[in-house]
Amino acid sequence: MSAAAESALGASGEDHFRYVLRLADTSLVLGQRLSEWVGHAPALEEDLALGNIALDLIGQARLLLSYAGRIEGRGREEDQLAFLRDAPEFYNVALAEQPNGDFAATIVRQALIDAWQLELYHSLTASADEPLAEIAAKALKECRYHWRFSCGWLVRLGDGTPESHVRAQEALDALWRFTEELITPDALDVRMASLAIAPPLAAVHGRWEARIAAALKEATLRQPASQHYPWHGKSGVHTEHLGHLLGEMQHLQRTYPGATW
Amino acid sequence: MNEDWALYEVFIRARSGLEHKHVGSLHAADARMALEHARDTYTRRQEGVSIWVVRSSEIIASDPEEAEALFEPARDKVYRHPTFYDIPEEVKNI
Repeated sequence: MSAAAESALGASGEDHFRYVLRLADTSLVLGQRLSEWVGHAPALEEDLALGNIALDLIGQARLLLSYAGRIEGRGREEDQLAFLRDAPEFYNVALAEQPNGDFAATIVRQALIDAWQLELYHSLTASADEPLAEIAAKALKECRYHWRFSCGWLVRLGDGTPESHVRAQEALDALWRFTEELITPDALDVRMASLAIAPPLAAVHGRWEARIAAALKEATLRQPASQHYPWHGKSGVHTEHLGHLLGEMQHLQRTYPGATW
Repeated sequence: MNEDWALYEVFIRARSGLEHKHVGSLHAADARMALEHARDTYTRRQEGVSIWVVRSSEIIASDPEEAEALFEPARDKVYRHPTFYDIPEEVKNI
């Protein structure tokens, strides 16, 4: 592998590449999931809203994948990275790949990730990695709106009818275990933080938790107890859902390599 | 679901200094959702810098039956139109 042995920032090329892929893949996979709603949302206006958010996320992924390709230095561009990697080479958080379920499950997944991306990108605007800080500044504006949307729906569903409350609580109980990796640093997170490329995850953790706790209170939802779980998407260990998602997303490029419009 | 949602009218200001213009309507369960739907439905292509939404039921409209009484009397009063002087070319938006 000819990845740069060490970047100007002092990070090993492989570390740096992989960290940017984590951000890129989370946006890409969540954007792909949301796009599955197009044509199926409960109202025309929601269809547009979910489609808009999906496009924002895919736009973030494109910038990040292009940047990751430049870091890697092997000539791979955004399309190769999006369509020609297999599941174990994807480093998105596993929460992003969870199926849409009903509208409540989609909203709960979205709110948990939106609050996290909002706080993470906010910190990344001060990254020592300038290209990454610029991408984060653009993404941050989008994430603010995403959170506004998902938090509004979380409250509306949680504090809505008895049925919407039950569905939102069930989704929260089912998805909560996947939040562990959002806020628990692994060795790569620590190395990136020590070089000021990424923020210490503990800072993001505190702000994310405060945001989520306030939203859940307003939504009259109960925050589940923390649960340990063994899958960590950001290390490439995924639930079975990612492979199916990639099967659909990558089908065209896999079947007709190099096909273009 | 839309049967439970109220109808809102949407007004968009295209850029600073211009007035808000009616652009259409949408359904929403509450005011916040109406604003978000307006943003997602009507400003996707940079159409505006400000949004107003108002519940359609809050709009008080004139009665078409009264059109004659309301509007006919103005028809023969051409002296109310500012057509008797020239507008300088530099003046926009009048």
